[in-house]
Amino acid sequence: MARLIRTEKEVEGRYEEVWLVVEEDALQQWPAGARSIVGQPAVRVDGLERARGEAIFTADLRLNGMLHTAVLRSPHAAATVGRIDLTPALALPGVHVALGPGDIPQLEDDCNYEGVAVAAVCADTLAQARAALAAVEIEWTVREPLLDADEAVRRGQYVNDGPRVRERGDFERGLAEADVVVTGEFTTAVVLHNSMETHQAVVQWVGDAVEVHISTQYIWGVRDTVASGLGLPPDKVRVICHYMGGGFGSKNEPDDYTFIAAELAKRTGRPVKCALTRREENVNSGNRNATIQRLTIGAKSDGTLTALGGDFLNAVGWSGWSSSTEGPMQMLYACANVKTTTYGAKINQPPMKAFRAPGFVEGTFGLESLLDELASKLDLDPMELRRRNYADHDAADARPFSSKRLMECYRRAEPHWERRHEVRARSTDTVKRGVGMASQIWYGGGGPPSYAWIRVGSDGRVTVVTAMQDIGTGTKTAMAQIAAEELGIPFEHVTVSIGDSARGPYAAISAGSSTTPSMGPAVRAAAADAKRQILEIAAQRHHLEERVLDLKDGNVVSADGNLSSPLSEVVGLLEDAQILGKGARGPNPTGMQVLTFGVQVAEVAVDVETGEVWVDRIAAVHDVGRVINPLGASSQIEGGIIQGVGHTLSEERLHDPKTGRILTSGLDAYRLPTIADVPEIISELVDEPDEHLTNLGSKGLGEPPIIPTAAAIANAIRDATGADVRSLPISRAEMLRALREAELRAKEREKVGAPAGV
Amino acid sequence: MSNTLNVNDHLYEFHSPAGTTLAETLRDELALTGTKVACAEGHCGACTVLVDGSPTLACITLAHSVGDAKVTTIEGLREHPMVESFVRSDALQCGFCTPGQIVSAVALVEAKAVPTRDEIRHAMAGNLCRCGAYPKIEEAIRTWQD
Repeated sequence: MARLIRTEKEVEGRYEEVWLVVEEDALQQWPAGARSIVGQPAVRVDGLERARGEAIFTADLRLNGMLHTAVLRSPHAAATVGRIDLTPALALPGVHVALGPGDIPQLEDDCNYEGVAVAAVCADTLAQARAALAAVEIEWTVREPLLDADEAVRRGQYVNDGPRVRERGDFERGLAEADVVVTGEFTTAVVLHNSMETHQAVVQWVGDAVEVHISTQYIWGVRDTVASGLGLPPDKVRVICHYMGGGFGSKNEPDDYTFIAAELAKRTGRPVKCALTRREENVNSGNRNATIQRLTIGAKSDGTLTALGGDFLNAVGWSGWSSSTEGPMQMLYACANVKTTTYGAKINQPPMKAFRAPGFVEGTFGLESLLDELASKLDLDPMELRRRNYADHDAADARPFSSKRLMECYRRAEPHWERRHEVRARSTDTVKRGVGMASQIWYGGGGPPSYAWIRVGSDGRVTVVTAMQDIGTGTKTAMAQIAAEELGIPFEHVTVSIGDSARGPYAAISAGSSTTPSMGPAVRAAAADAKRQILEIAAQRHHLEERVLDLKDGNVVSADGNLSSPLSEVVGLLEDAQILGKGARGPNPTGMQVLTFGVQVAEVAVDVETGEVWVDRIAAVHDVGRVINPLGASSQIEGGIIQGVGHTLSEERLHDPKTGRILTSGLDAYRLPTIADVPEIISELVDEPDEHLTNLGSKGLGEPPIIPTAAAIANAIRDATGADVRSLPISRAEMLRALREAELRAKEREKVGAPAGV
Repeated sequence: MSNTLNVNDHLYEFHSPAGTTLAETLRDELALTGTKVACAEGHCGACTVLVDGSPTLACITLAHSVGDAKVTTIEGLREHPMVESFVRSDALQCGFCTPGQIVSAVALVEAKAVPTRDEIRHAMAGNLCRCGAYPKIEEAIRTWQD
């Protein structure tokens, strides 16, 4: 039965209160452990078409009569268009339409960051559109940009209502009770998503409706935003995305290029493509914003945390939101006295967007690094320090966890942690080696609404229909596994049809590690509904009671073993008729906090003469409830860690400190990890269902693996060298600075006559 | 200047104006969209094709400069065991860089059937994968003959 509830909905660590219609989730979870299909490694159902280059991405669409677009974007961080003349562009060959500021709300003449869209031209070919764009005459009045986030805070210039203060207990009292206090300022750089397929859309009008082909993480979100932007009923907007080339949080919305293409398509009556270039992508498609974190930890001499405090400054950009950089400090450990203040600085830089666990990647680097400095001061094993402060319920709001197996993660990480003695022993005079660890906490429970349909044909093959997207996480494969498992049919007999809002029910966003935990239970419910109908028919066909029948390995079987008849024999009776099952995602457990956990152990080598850092090995143990596809899961862990290594050692968006212009928009200057930079990666999942969460007990895995990587590497560097690195990326300059600082500290200690060996 | 291209052992006439890249001609004129363009500046390797067997960045190669050389794209390698090996090893996530990865991998194993780990890392370092499928790409290349 449908039920109306008022509930908190969480996406990327942001909560909102919403009304939701949910359907009860009547299915029991499967018992723990791998099953015949779920929990077994499965190769991607769409692997072959992607590998063979047959998958048609938005970038590959070639619609009849399709026109191409070039967009004029502000080259200035703060400027106003004084005069603009589009007519020279219109005179050039192949040009159809040119749009300027005000023609649509997405084209502006008051630009507060580099990359604001000002004008657009569409032409028969992309080369013609670009040539025409170059002919547009434009004059700018350039202003002094505000680029310093601290200065923005001093001026009270925020992207939101102001600082976010979260406090429990009494931080000052907790600090007074501490035997040891450590403080540190940590900074993280702006990093760029760099999805291999840039942001793009192809838009065409069909009568009074619009079709949007788009590389997106959220078909239904695009549909709603385009509908409201164009003043159309949502059902007049069809959004299609069969394959997409990466998003990592940056492709949740339609953005300016979609609206530019829609307007040009309307004016020309032709399909219009608007695709960002790589350089536009790296300026204008979002970023993980820089942070400054000023942190304090107080503890008793036995390691018990008495106070956690921090000022977190998110250098958000001109718009966007102020991520939960304080989240790990608020949530990771049991501590009675916590006070955090988070500032969202509004500066003349391109807006941030969600990037794989926004806030938590940055906040975990600061918190977990400083915690190891504390462990070092207390002469405590860092792993033991974390165990002593284990939170057995949500420290921030006192709710119980639906499940938490972080202690089990620590236990399984021990063999990797124990390697530190042997690793350190391999150090030489110039190359120091060490091992570090860091914990992970994050969301990932997903939630309603999400729906799936199941179609069973008379040949016994099954199609799962839902209008979700697979951004490369392998969700499509996981859904096939869940449907096959519930229906008792071979994995190969399931097809999954996704990617089109006109051809399937509402499906969740592929963000916030929520796709599998949101969609999986709906698919299982739909499969169960179809299975019930099949058994009803089989019971009548074989004159048996439904309760003695089941589906197994593609056969209808009876409990006494006398009947084993192929599914196709029963459903074959239907000829052209079909069995249709439908399923919905049930509600999340009331009054519980649904989170994911994990730990990573990194091994590094540091050349103390040059400051070069190598990551040799990372072991990851994560708890995300039941694992659907261990093969795809290991790939997601590896991918998260590799992005984490990039953020930690090489990736940094640089801007000109005077003009604010982005200097690293090309892939020559913005240094992504290559295959040669990849450490040995060992991954393990606890794989125990969350007994309170849905009919699956599965949480999401997209984001957790990137969260602790930077801190684990920084802590391994401390273990190897005694140096406290404080900023990401850990450039050679930063490494050498930290080494010099450690050396000075050691000399100071000698001067004051500390006993040798301390 | 030739206005024909030998692609996957098929002779195509093409009409792209001078200055058009090989990637643009393959994708826009010959509709061979398996070759992807991700940066268009020769930095990422997504557009890799073989020209007379050598891995070549099609986004910074002019179509008119190819002449009589034989171009091999992912469409010409679809039956190569490397494709199946990538799928089996889960060596792709979003799959956008994958055709270029496979073309580079094929060139590598054509030169040396069983490359070492270091040889794989050296030969494949020009093919970026933002999803981070690298460990599985390495595995796919190590096990392609299985």
